[in-house]
Amino acid sequence: MTVVGEVITRVHREEWARVVATLTRRFGDLDIAEEMAAEAFATAVERWPVDGIPPNPGAWLTVTAQRKAIDRIRREARREDKHKEALVLSDPPEPLGAIDDDRLRLVFTCCHPALAMEARIALTLRMVGGLTVPEIASAFLIQEAAIGRRITRAKVKIKAAKVPYRVPSREDLPARVTGVLSVLYLIFNEGYLASNPEKGAVRSDLTAEAIRLTRLVRELMPEDGEVAGLLALMILTEGRRPARVSASGDLVPLDEQDRGAWNRKLIAEGHALVRARLASGQAPGRYQILAAINAVHTDARDIRDTDWSQVVALYDQLGRLDRSPIVRLNRAIAVAELDGPEVALAEVDRLPLEGYHLYHATRADLLRRLGQSAASRAAYNQAIELADNTAETAYLIRRRDQLAGS
Amino acid sequence: MTQYLLSVLTDTGELATAEEDAAISAFNNGLIADGYWVFAAGLAAPSTATVVDGRDGEAVFTDGPYLESKEYIAGFWILEASDLDVALRLAGQASKACNRRLELRPLAE
Repeated sequence: MTVVGEVITRVHREEWARVVATLTRRFGDLDIAEEMAAEAFATAVERWPVDGIPPNPGAWLTVTAQRKAIDRIRREARREDKHKEALVLSDPPEPLGAIDDDRLRLVFTCCHPALAMEARIALTLRMVGGLTVPEIASAFLIQEAAIGRRITRAKVKIKAAKVPYRVPSREDLPARVTGVLSVLYLIFNEGYLASNPEKGAVRSDLTAEAIRLTRLVRELMPEDGEVAGLLALMILTEGRRPARVSASGDLVPLDEQDRGAWNRKLIAEGHALVRARLASGQAPGRYQILAAINAVHTDARDIRDTDWSQVVALYDQLGRLDRSPIVRLNRAIAVAELDGPEVALAEVDRLPLEGYHLYHATRADLLRRLGQSAASRAAYNQAIELADNTAETAYLIRRRDQLAGS
Repeated sequence: MTQYLLSVLTDTGELATAEEDAAISAFNNGLIADGYWVFAAGLAAPSTATVVDGRDGEAVFTDGPYLESKEYIAGFWILEASDLDVALRLAGQASKACNRRLELRPLAE
């Protein structure tokens, strides 16, 4: 790629959300904002190699996109006499510093709870992340036309039902932030635990995008503990990625991972975030606790150095916020290390999770450690049947076939 | 300002209880006081409906609802609000007052 090409790619990553967000506020229309931002970047691709890179690329793009939007509105106004209406939608100029708030408004609008979850994901990746429709379609292995329809339908609803373009009121804010974080976490997990067998075990493009978007939200809401918690959780998970899938494509569980292959820089950043949250003295939410659990794991140079009592204590804390049996399943895995597989199995057997592959995988492992090969094999078979990630399936098959008497 | 239709959904066809009626009245008074109120009404049972088709000139009348549905509209509100977040908050209160699920939909501009 040429130097200018590299600059444009970087500027696109850094400035896309800002251009779309500023235009959305100015013109009150996501459609115009998206199209004109895309046109402004296309113009940059043509002009910058000839004219040189402008001193402030973001400002150049915003001004270019705004001019194009005004031109288009004027053209349409001549046809439909909607000129007035389009301009009335623009708010009076806001004081300096409101630009960042525009991006936050954009995030909250794209993640609005009145939109279907899959629409929120597609819209956030398109409007905030700047991914194209074909990129989103290929990441989720869904047809482009279907993604396009999702985005279009969401935009129509936002306009007709008047989904507001603003940061929610103080009373709505905690629930709405949780909603934004669940969109980001779903994007991350789709990358980390890709359910589509043809796409491989880990979709690093999606995990990277989820982390980038979460960093942006953190920049916009630096005081929010759960935003920091989710970012820490993602980067501590991402930091272990190099060791998580073997050369042959199997999942490598935590206790077998080559800890030297972990990304030390990401893990150090994650630990710093977790420490800062602990130092805040505020009661942690779900993501902060999950991040703290990951911090304990990644703090151990060797699996035997893991502070399991700390892990169990954190799961107890999480269990008070989230009574889901999945939390208790994860707690039981830590209990096995602390009190032995028999105690853990008794806890696992009480959980109503027969349809969840990790329930069976956990039982299989505990039964194996208790020397009950036949029962363990049956549990592995159930887990294999229910798992849909290729690396997980490969790992489960390998473990089953290693059982005594195979 | 946008106007929204709030349709009250029911699958039993039972009328509101005295308690629900009182809650609805209190909610309505709040709507009026805060300037959100446009109109509201409860509907008689679906069995009292008549379907009218006058598209071909002479109107044809048919007894009963035009389609068999598990859910009926038992009543509705029309509210005026600055945006969907305000409408959603009011709809949540309305659903609680009438003790039924609601569908919130903007009126076409």
